Amino acid sequence: MISIQSLRFTLVGTAMAAFAVPVLAQETIKIGVSEPLTGSVAASGTYVTNGARLAAEVINRKGGVLGKKIELVIEDNKSNPREAVNSAEKLILKDKVPVLMGAWSSTFTLAVMPKLMEYGVPMVVETASSGKITTAGNPWIFRISPTSAMEASAFSKKLAGMSPAIKKVDFLSVNNDWGLGAAAAFKKTFEDNGITVGRTETMAPDATDLSAQLAALKGTGADTLIVTSGIEQLTLAIRQAGEQRLPQRIITTGGSFPEPLLTSPGPKGYASQHLLFFAPWEPQRAVYPEVAKEFSDAWTERKYDLPGQTEGFRGYDAILTIVEAIRIAGKAEPAAIRDALWKVKVKGVNGDIAFVKEGPAGKESGQNEPSVYIVELKDGKVAVK
Amino acid sequence: MDQFLQHLVNGLVTGSTYALLGIGLTLIFGIMKVVNMAHGELYTLGAYAAYGFVALLGVNYFAAIFLSALFGLAVGAVIEYLLLRRRNLAAMDEVMLIMIGVMIVLQNAELLVWGGVAKAVPSPFSQEPIVMGGVSVSPTRVFVLGTAVVLLVSFYMLIEKSRLGLAMRATFQDKDAAKIVGVNVSRIYTLTFALGSCLAAVAGALLAPVFVVSPTMGDLASLKAFAIVILGGLGNLLGATLGGFALALIEEFGAGYISTAYRDAIGFLVILVVMVARPQGLFTKKERVG
Repeated sequence: MISIQSLRFTLVGTAMAAFAVPVLAQETIKIGVSEPLTGSVAASGTYVTNGARLAAEVINRKGGVLGKKIELVIEDNKSNPREAVNSAEKLILKDKVPVLMGAWSSTFTLAVMPKLMEYGVPMVVETASSGKITTAGNPWIFRISPTSAMEASAFSKKLAGMSPAIKKVDFLSVNNDWGLGAAAAFKKTFEDNGITVGRTETMAPDATDLSAQLAALKGTGADTLIVTSGIEQLTLAIRQAGEQRLPQRIITTGGSFPEPLLTSPGPKGYASQHLLFFAPWEPQRAVYPEVAKEFSDAWTERKYDLPGQTEGFRGYDAILTIVEAIRIAGKAEPAAIRDALWKVKVKGVNGDIAFVKEGPAGKESGQNEPSVYIVELKDGKVAVK
Repeated sequence: MDQFLQHLVNGLVTGSTYALLGIGLTLIFGIMKVVNMAHGELYTLGAYAAYGFVALLGVNYFAAIFLSALFGLAVGAVIEYLLLRRRNLAAMDEVMLIMIGVMIVLQNAELLVWGGVAKAVPSPFSQEPIVMGGVSVSPTRVFVLGTAVVLLVSFYMLIEKSRLGLAMRATFQDKDAAKIVGVNVSRIYTLTFALGSCLAAVAGALLAPVFVVSPTMGDLASLKAFAIVILGGLGNLLGATLGGFALALIEEFGAGYISTAYRDAIGFLVILVVMVARPQGLFTKKERVG
């Protein structure tokens, strides 16, 4: 029996090789990018990649780094951990990139991490919230996105402002490292604040029909439902929750924004709240408005969708961080870039980017402490809280 | 009780589209013996056709379903005419490889044309749900259920009661005897494949505004369609219909009362049990092969 999957990859691979165009030989510094451009979280991965491209353009327009232009080598990890490993290996071995950015979601990032150790190449993680990533003892990992625990702790500071107050909370999480990790971190925060934790339901990463989960959550008596997933599933969950008249207020975590609901909103009066790391509707509220504006303007110039900035900024900030590390290192070599990443102080779209040590002594990973915003979406309109 | 009724309503809506997928495949796989690995791709194609017509060309959604059906019919006919007509359908593995090729080409063509990011098709119905007691359901889903049931009944009548249906059944029972009594066998093959593809495309177009449209949406649909056909018994239209509803209800109640994490697993576990206890399918009598 021939495996369909392997046959598909062989054929697609052959086709891609046939179309590959030799890159003009010129002195550039390569940065590898592994993002989900197809599959269940393709929307997010595409936004992040667009953000990374904009950062490269802005930097190259200003003369690049170390007198050379930077060149992004972009690979699609197909929303699949196995493909994420393949893409990282290809970037390191074939393209010889000295540093990577990736890989959107904890599952893909965790899959890639052993390869970073094996080949000794650093990776700046722009999106992934599982605590395991920076506590696994991998000294090649530098994460700019918040952990679920950081997100939960930032949210706990906003609990007092919630009206009506949260008394009992349910969870609907994507069934992977990210979703389950977020549910665990938020549960702990809620319990610490005396809030009752109710039922937890999970959804497969590629599930589109969430009606069974929502029907099970409908009668639990909770007032709030915490949903963790990417753009596609958040959109489906909120729309289907409206259809089934779930009484809970929905709050989403992870920094994705269900932007299809702007153009085709769910039932009238049905509001949802979203924990985001950049609120493009009010860039002046960013820590460095001028950096946010430069990013926002470049995004608008390209006529990308405005809400895509909520994730696009991750790619932008990650590339700014990597380029700053290359500048400090003075050379584009993996170990030098890793050492330099500990010294970066970048003014990013989200705010200050600098790494603190996390994980077992001697092989710590770098973790940044980002800002968190709450945005409310109601009848296709957005309000930044 | 409310939760039970809500699961029942959800299961019936999903089941109706599973049934459409199932009878499309049971015709092709069960009757023609073509292991149609590309069945899910026709479902995807139908969904993208609906997206193209509604969101890009501004066609009315109801007209778009009809156009997507015609599109599925045409693509099915072309696949059969170009790739299967000159093949010996009894050579199952050869035909299966052809269909795997079709699946790969279609899926990658969708990726090339539409990109990897999922598309949303606007629904023509109000977003306000219909509420009856503790049960609520969106008008779009009610429309999906209604249309699917009408299609299932008309299709059943077509196969069981019309002269065309008679010719189709005759061809698959004994090709040579059908030829002798004057049935144009190759035309029946093309038509059967086209009709099966058409039903998959309609299922895709119907569900497009309920979910989102993406190039890989057909993978799970294919798997479910095969499961339904096996559950219902190969080539059994009524079996495929009941199998579709049964699988959806098992998944829905399994998810609601046992575990949502194992939603798909519960469905396939039941199929495994059926395969062990009743390998000919739930709704088919045992028959001698060869």
